[in-house]
Amino acid sequence: MSPYFFVMLVPLLPLVSFCILGLFGRKYIKTTSGTLGVISLFISALLSLYTAYRYFFIDGKVNGIYQHIIALKYTWLQFSPRVSIDMGILLDPISVMMIVIVSFISLMVHIFSLGYMKGEERFAIYYAFLSLFTFSMLGLVLSSNIFQIYIFWELVGISSFLLIGFYFENPSAVTASNKAFIVTRFADFGFLIGILILAFYSGTLDFGTLIERLTTAGSSQYIDIHSATFLGASMLTWGLGLVFIGGAGKSAMFPLHIWLPDAMEGPTPVSALIHAATMVVAGVFLVARLFPVFSIDLTVLQIVTWVGAFSALFAAVVACTQTDIKRVLAFSTMSQIGFMMFSLGVSKYGGESGLGYTGSMFHLFTHAFFKSLLFLGAGAVIHFAHTNDIRDLGGLRKLMPVTHLSFLIACLAIAGIPPFSGFFSKEDILMAAYHSDKIIYAIAVLTSALTAFYMFRLYYSVFWKRDIHLHDKNHEEGTLSMRLTLVILAVCTAFAGFVPVSSWITSDGAPLESHIDIVFSVFPVLMALTGIGLATYLYKTENRRPQIITSAFGSLYRAAYRKFYIDELYLFITRKIIFNGIGRPAAWFDKNIVDGFMNGLATTTAKISGLIKGLQSGKVQNYALYFFGGIIALAVLFIYVLNY
Amino acid sequence: MGIDFLILMKQEWMVIAILLILLFIKVSSDDWQNENILKLVNILLLINLITGFFGYRDGILFNEMFKTNHLIVTEKNILSLGTFIVSLQSYAWLRNNKLVLEFYLLLLSTLLGMFYMISAGNLLMFYLGLELSSIPLAALANFDLEKRKSGEAAFKFIISSAFASGLLLFGISLVYGTTGTLTLSALSDHLDGSSLQIFAFILLISGFGFKISTVPFHLWTADVYEGSPVTVTSYFSVISKGSVLFVFVTVLYTAFKSYAITWNHILFILSVLTMVIGNLFAIRQNNIKRFLAFSSISQVGFILIGMSGQSQAGTASVVYFILIYTFSNLGAFGVISLVSAYTGRENLEDYKGFYKTNPRLSWVLAISLFSLAGIPPTAGFFGKFFLLMAGAGQGNYLLITIAALNMVVSLYYYLKIIKVIFMDSNENPIKRLLTPSSPKLALIICTTGIILTGFVGYIYEYIFSMSTIF
Repeated sequence: MSPYFFVMLVPLLPLVSFCILGLFGRKYIKTTSGTLGVISLFISALLSLYTAYRYFFIDGKVNGIYQHIIALKYTWLQFSPRVSIDMGILLDPISVMMIVIVSFISLMVHIFSLGYMKGEERFAIYYAFLSLFTFSMLGLVLSSNIFQIYIFWELVGISSFLLIGFYFENPSAVTASNKAFIVTRFADFGFLIGILILAFYSGTLDFGTLIERLTTAGSSQYIDIHSATFLGASMLTWGLGLVFIGGAGKSAMFPLHIWLPDAMEGPTPVSALIHAATMVVAGVFLVARLFPVFSIDLTVLQIVTWVGAFSALFAAVVACTQTDIKRVLAFSTMSQIGFMMFSLGVSKYGGESGLGYTGSMFHLFTHAFFKSLLFLGAGAVIHFAHTNDIRDLGGLRKLMPVTHLSFLIACLAIAGIPPFSGFFSKEDILMAAYHSDKIIYAIAVLTSALTAFYMFRLYYSVFWKRDIHLHDKNHEEGTLSMRLTLVILAVCTAFAGFVPVSSWITSDGAPLESHIDIVFSVFPVLMALTGIGLATYLYKTENRRPQIITSAFGSLYRAAYRKFYIDELYLFITRKIIFNGIGRPAAWFDKNIVDGFMNGLATTTAKISGLIKGLQSGKVQNYALYFFGGIIALAVLFIYVLNY
Repeated sequence: MGIDFLILMKQEWMVIAILLILLFIKVSSDDWQNENILKLVNILLLINLITGFFGYRDGILFNEMFKTNHLIVTEKNILSLGTFIVSLQSYAWLRNNKLVLEFYLLLLSTLLGMFYMISAGNLLMFYLGLELSSIPLAALANFDLEKRKSGEAAFKFIISSAFASGLLLFGISLVYGTTGTLTLSALSDHLDGSSLQIFAFILLISGFGFKISTVPFHLWTADVYEGSPVTVTSYFSVISKGSVLFVFVTVLYTAFKSYAITWNHILFILSVLTMVIGNLFAIRQNNIKRFLAFSSISQVGFILIGMSGQSQAGTASVVYFILIYTFSNLGAFGVISLVSAYTGRENLEDYKGFYKTNPRLSWVLAISLFSLAGIPPTAGFFGKFFLLMAGAGQGNYLLITIAALNMVVSLYYYLKIIKVIFMDSNENPIKRLLTPSSPKLALIICTTGIILTGFVGYIYEYIFSMSTIF
């Protein structure tokens, strides 16, 4: 038995909590449900931290290289003598990091929700769903088998569906949850076919064996999958490309991102957990998990790079124009995941050139903290002000000092200002991009500047802009549990950058020397500062001195107009081009072709039945005709056309 | 010989014994209460199911007219299980029906026919079994005697069935004419691939295609399913279809093995047509029975993918999927038949707000629909995945892509029903139903089956170990 056998408790505890809460929560446990959820997650998080400590510091490393440890393996289903489906636990640097992130953020969200969801009628069910999600996500990251990951992948999708639609009396929540489910399911079918292709050619579903067989040049599986082609691309490209579609769907990459902004209909702590820190990075995790295979196929890596880079820039531009606090954050999530994606895309396997991989994982790590902090802060604001439109918000800094300060730290982190965590991880990514592709680097720096701009636009609009006179003196800044989580996460956000991730998580397991190049850092930081400066200039005092801006700073006023123009442009793109260009033809197709076909069929049937009305039955002859027609068609096809 | 005669045909003897008992009751006295008859029948069917699990033997009888092996016994057990569930579910509908004994006599005759059909080692025997299983079915379709639609369904079924049987028989006679044998095991040596044989083979496939309702041989399905009593519809869509699928896969994999390339292509065409058309029509149905009819048509399209796998996993995944399909479809039909028996409402609109009044039945229906849609962790997901995986063994990715797209489409309409049940409100919802104990037992069996069949890996491995090596 492996010494890491206990790791199985990490996902199992939330599962137990889900079962208990799901079965008895509503009737018997009620308000203590939250406490039960928090306790199970707390133990789970402690175990994860212990695992990480043990893995990174004690026995994870052999000869200076971090090992892949199979903590548990159980053959669950022997599909055929060659292929078996296992349930197992795979420990390697990324899965260990992920369990820490998932269990920790989930714990924070559990605690935060104690205050946020207080008084909610379906409190117990909410915690049951949270536990289910945490279980699925932990199972996903620990999977040792590509089929196992797929099962948990779907479970994560289902729990996300349940949580987005938590307020199911609200029609827009129902629509949003359906949209998320169907869009990601659509992408998952790509994933499924990708799995089938990879499994068929490698003859295994086990990650370790699959990676080994497909990357060993000269092995029969390697030759098979490279030599088989379909529509001009090798089966490896197809398999990985399809798997990437699955990842892109979950990670809301362009053009499969459309579900993410709508998913904000769910309770805000849920957005913090699922749609910011954990589930949406599953796609990045998947690519990282199969990275040795991805790294030998440059075509797919190019796709990953460009999809990631485009999503990053696209989402950043859109985020500048949004007025819903959660939607700004949603697009910023999409943009940051784009960073992680293209960072993987520009990376190579092993050594110094694997910096992109390290940077991506590092960014995943820091992003989890600052983005969940931002979402929880937004949750506190919404809880306090009962609106999520930033045009109605402002001047909250004195009323919500804790939220204000933690939000500021998170904004500085995401903008990449040293010494906050985001700076370090973004630095690695920019460095990797710089050494690989200058165009990607340019996009990345531009996106960073935009990120700083829109985050501070959000920050000033919510916390500055105008002074609010308190109507109700008793209005408190959230409960203790809410403030506590904000403080903890703010501390993590401030210091997570000093965690030596690059010496732990690398593409080949060998530690990488961490190096911050001060000269290199100057330009991106300056760009970020410019973004912040611009935001300060525009939004800090917008409402107090609007006429001064208009008259004295005429050029800036026009710039503000240009921002407005981007807004319009975005609206133009969605309303005019996407709706007219894609939506309308699809609707037209449905209305004229599908409907027409059905109606045609119906009228034809009706006509024929009208002709033969005198007989006893209207349609049976018709059926026989089709039946016979089918036989004739098959016979002609197979005997005369295909010549069997 | 004597003892073999008893043991190898034990499942058939069991059904015959039950038939005789029921006949005896029918002839002897009139004072049996319906309640008691139903109880007795259910106990007998349970005994039939349990005895099926004992005394597995492989063997051949009557010059290979009748053959049996582990897989065949298991297939018969699946059918017995399905029949048992159907019988439990029919309680609400039958308890006030005067003709309850006739119903069971007919039902069990069809089951006997299916057993002989599955065990057939000869095309003639297969044909006899097929007819024995379909003619009483027509009478069953007509069992709602006062409803005009029910009679119409029976009529349409018997006419279409006769037509299909005629062509099937024509195919069989052509096979006999060109090869000189009808024994399945000997057939493969005599096939030479002449055009006439291919034509005969296509006729045979169309006969199978009719029974499992693949497009374009499916047209009878919707009308017959809609017109028949719900219990009979579920029997049609699960047991009758399942039995023919069992035979279909065996016949293709043994007798027509040398035609593998041909039937692989035929299955490709039929599968695509069946999935696409089944789905397109399912989207537009407002009658929930008709909806399930079309959705079950498209399910067969998926089964054909697994069948095209040409491997041990091909057979195994088909049998495994049918087991899961039995649970899922009967689970869905169980709820619908209850609602139909108590309220007579069968439209999708009627199910608005169903969750508010009948939360438990709603969950059973939802789990069954999830399983039919292939969403994990329900068993339907594993079933579909294995079918696709078996199909992928032939490298037919185009087919699998089409299948995956169809799964998205089907997901859409299954979710639509779930939305109607859980989220839509209704001023006049279906009233709260008290589920009698036997339908309740049936629903419990189905739900447990849907959850466990996927997770207990042993079930698939067991089926796999018995499947014929291609």
